[in-house]
Amino acid sequence: MSESNVIDEHINSGYDAGFITDIEMQTFDPGLDENVIRKISAKKNEPEFMLQWRLDAYQQWLKMERPDWAHVKYPEIDFNSIAYYSSPKSQEDAPKSLDEVDPELLRTYEKLGIPLHEQATLAGVAVDMVFDSVSIITTFKEKLAESGVIFCSLSEAVIEHPELIKKYLGSVVPINDNFYSALNCAVFSDGSFVYIPKGVKCPMELSTYFRINEMNTGQFERTLIIADEGSYVSYLEGCTAPSRDENQLHGAVVELVALKGAQIKYSTVQNWYPGDVNGKGGIYNFVTKRGVCHTDAKISWTQVETGSAITWKYPSVILLGDNSVGEFYSVALARNAQQADTGTKMIHLGRNTRSTIISKGISAGKGSNTYRGLVNMSPKAEGARNFTQCDSLLIGDQCAAHTFPYIVSKNPSAIVEHEATTSKVSEDQLFLCQQRGIDPEKAVSMIVNGFCKSVFKELPMEFAVEAGKLLEVSLEGSVG
Amino acid sequence: MLKIANLRATVDDKEILKGLNIEVKPGEVHAIMGPNGSGKSTLSNVLAGRDNYHTTDGTVLFEGKDLLTLAPEERAREGVFLAFQYPVEIPGVSNLEFLKTSLECLHTHQNKPLLSAVEFMKLAREKCKLVDLDTDFLKRGVNEGFSGGEKKRNDILQMLMLEPTLCLLDETDSGLDIDALKVVADGINALRSPDRSFVLITHYQRLLDYVQPDFVHVLVDGQIVKSGGSELALELEEKGYSWLESGTEQPANSLKA
Ligand SMILES: Nc1ncnc2c1ncn2[C@@H]1O[C@H](COP(=O)(O)OP(=O)(O)OP(=O)(O)O)[C@@H](O)[C@H]1O
Ligand SMILES: [Mg+2]
Repeated sequence: MSESNVIDEHINSGYDAGFITDIEMQTFDPGLDENVIRKISAKKNEPEFMLQWRLDAYQQWLKMERPDWAHVKYPEIDFNSIAYYSSPKSQEDAPKSLDEVDPELLRTYEKLGIPLHEQATLAGVAVDMVFDSVSIITTFKEKLAESGVIFCSLSEAVIEHPELIKKYLGSVVPINDNFYSALNCAVFSDGSFVYIPKGVKCPMELSTYFRINEMNTGQFERTLIIADEGSYVSYLEGCTAPSRDENQLHGAVVELVALKGAQIKYSTVQNWYPGDVNGKGGIYNFVTKRGVCHTDAKISWTQVETGSAITWKYPSVILLGDNSVGEFYSVALARNAQQADTGTKMIHLGRNTRSTIISKGISAGKGSNTYRGLVNMSPKAEGARNFTQCDSLLIGDQCAAHTFPYIVSKNPSAIVEHEATTSKVSEDQLFLCQQRGIDPEKAVSMIVNGFCKSVFKELPMEFAVEAGKLLEVSLEGSVG
Repeated sequence: MLKIANLRATVDDKEILKGLNIEVKPGEVHAIMGPNGSGKSTLSNVLAGRDNYHTTDGTVLFEGKDLLTLAPEERAREGVFLAFQYPVEIPGVSNLEFLKTSLECLHTHQNKPLLSAVEFMKLAREKCKLVDLDTDFLKRGVNEGFSGGEKKRNDILQMLMLEPTLCLLDETDSGLDIDALKVVADGINALRSPDRSFVLITHYQRLLDYVQPDFVHVLVDGQIVKSGGSELALELEEKGYSWLESGTEQPANSLKA
């Protein structure tokens, strides 16, 4: 057997989260116009300012063009064939506690291994569950409220905390930032909202679990996290979707605000349905994530991206305040026909700002993995530093890895370091493992885990283990 | 233990092994010598089951089992160990993790109880000392940035941990300084036992000064052209291979090791 055979032999692996929940849904007809936006807003009993904001975004979006610079190929998306709102019928009158939530929904999350009952959860993780267009329930709300932490669905925040929404929504990712974020502003249906008061260290991990279930439905959620001065929060998001033959669109926006001296640690384990071996089906994941760091603040993005047919995602940090710190740790896997174009932007505006970028791209099968990053040192970024390390690992000989590091330095005192490597899981390595009794699948997973180690150690403990396992499942069958 | 009969093998459609016979009994040490390109590494790769090496004729029996039908990892679990002529690096996978995974695979197959983390560490430290590698090497990536000699000693470390029944060592002595050679030889001698056999592929007498072979075979152009006792190695050291290359002095098939 030749090397490529060895590696390709069982390249199609299982996708454990691919089941469909059979539940009565209320879904808008496909199509997008002002009327649809008014209907979404009305469903959520939104105040007038929110509706106007949406309509403004819609008008701007109409004038924008779909970006085509990313290293991904996909057919034209017909935005009128997508339904923009879908909610389980049972959510009509929002359940107040877990006991009131439709058991079928609870079973869905249980099957996905998401802790539900507050008594039976992972040690201290509060969860917001978003199912298609709506937030089902947020756990531990009362407990968090004791320390002044607000953790709720974005829809609820719009009504309960309009002053925070008015001040911060769209403050990091402006309405007209890009094509997909503008669309999100117009039609976003739900998401999570977090506010950590001054000086508070959030007493537990917060997490949101996104699930797309309904057919032909787009999921457009937004997350807004505000860490007030000197506070700390660690937040994790997870995502899955059923295995469907049609492509589905996910266009999220995440905004992080770290005020003076605050720290936000944002981790993502993205496992949207990646499509089958031939590239049929799978989620198109077009996401805008950005945070702003005020003086002495720190934002750290960690992502493990194993899913989606297409990933288009560049979690970024605007280092506005002096001495602020931005970090980006990423593992992105592209196998079968998956295409990932992901990376980060570190915009250094303040003095002595520092950023670190560690990107690990793994390509297998016919997967294509692109790192795209920008490090921008503005004229005022006196003494700023960046360190970037970009490593690519190839499994088999039909996959591809690309690296596009852009560096703009307008301050002579700023230092930018960039290291890049490309390596292959070689036949020799596999044979060494086999000769020591290790079967090839375990060997690949061991080698890949070793490759990702420096990123996994940035994840919260429980999730590091989970991420390792996820990678193992995703790689199952990458060799023979 | 190992019985190779009339073995023919091709690599990329090129015949490299051309009817090879060797029999190794339990407890024996065999040395295989021969000019560059004669097929020594090919033989070790065929025995270990590497891809792209196709056997076209002949049989290989290992403890009575048809070795050639087993997957490489199954051969390893049955007790066949190969120390590579050119050990590869596996960056990011620590030596410790590698050894542990490997040992667990073997023990599981052999129905032996798995070692606890503490027992394993103790064993690993002990064996490190035997091959004169600092225990820091356990934390480093497999062969990652190791010097040539350290890689070879690392292979011996693996052999000492796994305690195979048939040890194939492909030029493990090449590129070693005098002290390292002694370490490798000590490692081999430490494992010698009545039910464990060794096949040492080497170009030099100096290893055989430390590890006395029971038999020495000369491999030329894919065939064993001469076999003898340990004195044959000395003769080769003196005369080279040219006197054997002109033709098979003895019919290879009639050799009984
Ligand atoms: N993939 C391959 N394709 C073509 N020829 C090959 C291939 N691999 C090995 N060979 C050839 O097979 C022959 C035997 O090689 P082998 O590595 O077994 O020799 P060796 O006896 O171990 O030599 P050395 O003492 O130099 O290590 C050589 O002529 C080599 O070029
Ligand atoms: Mg050789």
